[in-house]
Amino acid sequence: MKQLSTRAKWAWALITIFVLAYALFPIVSIFATSFKLPSQLNLGLFWPKTWTFVNYEEILAPGGSAQTLFLSSLRNSIGICLIATGIAVVLATLAAYAIARLDFPGKRLVLLTALGVSIFPVISIVTPLFNLWRNIGLYDTWLGLIIPYLSLTLPISIWTLAAFFRQIPWELEQAAQVDGATTWQAFRKAIVPLAAPGVFTTALIAFFIAWNDFVYGISLTSTDRARPVPAALAFFTGASQFEEPTGSISAAAIIVTIPVVILVLLFQRQIVSGLTQGAVKG
Amino acid sequence: MAAITLKDIVKQYGDGFLAVKGVSLDIADGEFVILVGPSGCGKSTLLRMIVGLEDITAGELTIGGERVNDKAPRDRKLAMVFQNYALYPHLTVFENIAFPLRLQKGQFTEEQVTAKVEFAAKTLELQDHLQRKPANLSGGQRQRVAMGRAIVREAQAFLFDEPLSNLDAKLRGQMRTEIARMQRRLGTTTVYVTHDQTEAMTLGDRVAVLRKGELQQVASPRGLYEQPVNLFVAGFIGSPPMNFLPGEINGSTMRLPFADVPISADLARKLGGKNIVIVGIRPEHFEDANLLEESKVSSGVTFTAPVDVSEWLGSELYAYIPFETNPDVATTLEELDRDLDGEGLRTQLIVTLGSETKVRDGDEANLWFDPARMMVFDPETGENLTWDAEAAKTVDEENEADRKASLERAQAREKARA
Repeated sequence: MKQLSTRAKWAWALITIFVLAYALFPIVSIFATSFKLPSQLNLGLFWPKTWTFVNYEEILAPGGSAQTLFLSSLRNSIGICLIATGIAVVLATLAAYAIARLDFPGKRLVLLTALGVSIFPVISIVTPLFNLWRNIGLYDTWLGLIIPYLSLTLPISIWTLAAFFRQIPWELEQAAQVDGATTWQAFRKAIVPLAAPGVFTTALIAFFIAWNDFVYGISLTSTDRARPVPAALAFFTGASQFEEPTGSISAAAIIVTIPVVILVLLFQRQIVSGLTQGAVKG
Repeated sequence: MAAITLKDIVKQYGDGFLAVKGVSLDIADGEFVILVGPSGCGKSTLLRMIVGLEDITAGELTIGGERVNDKAPRDRKLAMVFQNYALYPHLTVFENIAFPLRLQKGQFTEEQVTAKVEFAAKTLELQDHLQRKPANLSGGQRQRVAMGRAIVREAQAFLFDEPLSNLDAKLRGQMRTEIARMQRRLGTTTVYVTHDQTEAMTLGDRVAVLRKGELQQVASPRGLYEQPVNLFVAGFIGSPPMNFLPGEINGSTMRLPFADVPISADLARKLGGKNIVIVGIRPEHFEDANLLEESKVSSGVTFTAPVDVSEWLGSELYAYIPFETNPDVATTLEELDRDLDGEGLRTQLIVTLGSETKVRDGDEANLWFDPARMMVFDPETGENLTWDAEAAKTVDEENEADRKASLERAQAREKARA
């Protein structure tokens, strides 16, 4: 790689700053808004005139108007998304292994169906699902959300994990089998450690897809028994009929976004680490 | 330690393609057998059928007297070294070698595992690398770790699938001797697959030559070199490869492109009424006539020929002499060339001469050869019409005696060392 000239370096720096500003501006804006007093929201300033924690208290501290709403929805979201991700990853691992290693009739059909399901518009399914859930009693329950979330997370998990498994050379399992392992042992001891980065990535992607869902969340729930965070944010109310709850919503958004960012930063290293280098020649 | 017997093994794939067409082979206990042949001849498939990674369509496979056709790889107690090592990248060298032992839970205590791994590491000189990961090792070291993993199990037989093809030439030579030493020391039955005929000649007690799924000949390296049973084996063994020339029969003389050779009555009888045959002469059986003693010259045939290109290698000189081939045999020879993975650019005679020769490219060389060393092949079937069954048998018997003696010596050395 040849060294960039000083002019080129300046140009790249400017472009980078511009792109970062464009991408991060909304997030910084929300961050700033979450520390503003509700009465000062319309002052037209970017940064708060007075920094305050009152919005956070509203949603987190006992006695805050939105606290029960927010905390229960946070609990719902975390629980439902973790369970949906867990089930999706386990099922996708088994499916992806079969798809990557074996040749069975209907393999292409399975993959195409997965692709079709993931690009199908969610909004068209929601109304019939609402009726069905109400009839069988899954409306406003955790299970009632976990099942549709599986339809969101499974296809992408299968595709991602299948790509990962294809990268792991078949000889490793064959060597394990010759060394005396059963198929299950070969899978568990030789393949799973190598697939770990793939499984982490897939779990992360699946979690985000489930976490960000709005349509199912708002249509298939009615109380804080099962309402997830994106849907709950729509129900925040301000102090009076005329005051927008912008401050509380911004604070909630910040609380919900930051852990996700931290997760990505943590697991990024694992994904990039390139565990299989050196196992197989060529 | 066990004998492996293959009886009429056939492998047919789902689309009807026959990869192995009825191969029968008897491998004695402690023998080092090499499966050799050009790419696509079915040698790797055969090896994988022995280890159990491929199903056997028809035929019987017995290891140590038991029929193992339907046994899973783990129940056959074999050890395999793959072409691209297949080391577990997330484990250290120690754990890689210990992996087969750890799979047999409860069979070995931790000290026993450590002792076995360290013994294997000592045999292959890997003691300093036990705590490193495969990603940090060189190609030769990785290959030795793969071998260590194979020997630690005390399997019934070792199977090698082209283990040296990923190494550079010098390392290949060193690893070859390592493998030979290891096999002699442990005395385990070994089946080794390669496409390199040098490895086949140097490592094997016996070599099985395969072509398009069929076994051409199984014999000691010397047997294959001196008494090849057909055109393919003759062309495959030997480097540089044997020269094939068209020979026209006129009564008791054979006309070659550059000389007329008298043929014995025996040979004339064997040739029957054929007009044209393929004659094979190895490059090393030619000599520079100018450097020979007078007495020797009369015992062979001398001729002059123009040398097109010469290559001096220090220890010898290769001279290339182009000649016109007969169209009757051209098709057979082209097909043979293709089977031997050749490029078939032009017909030329390769002659190996001693390095003192004054022959250079552009010269008219004065060359000599002994017609007794000539081999005559049937142009249609490729069969070696000068194949001497008696001589072949003697060579094989000598080879078997040599092998047993060498094995005993190695075992005695091992006992003395222990």
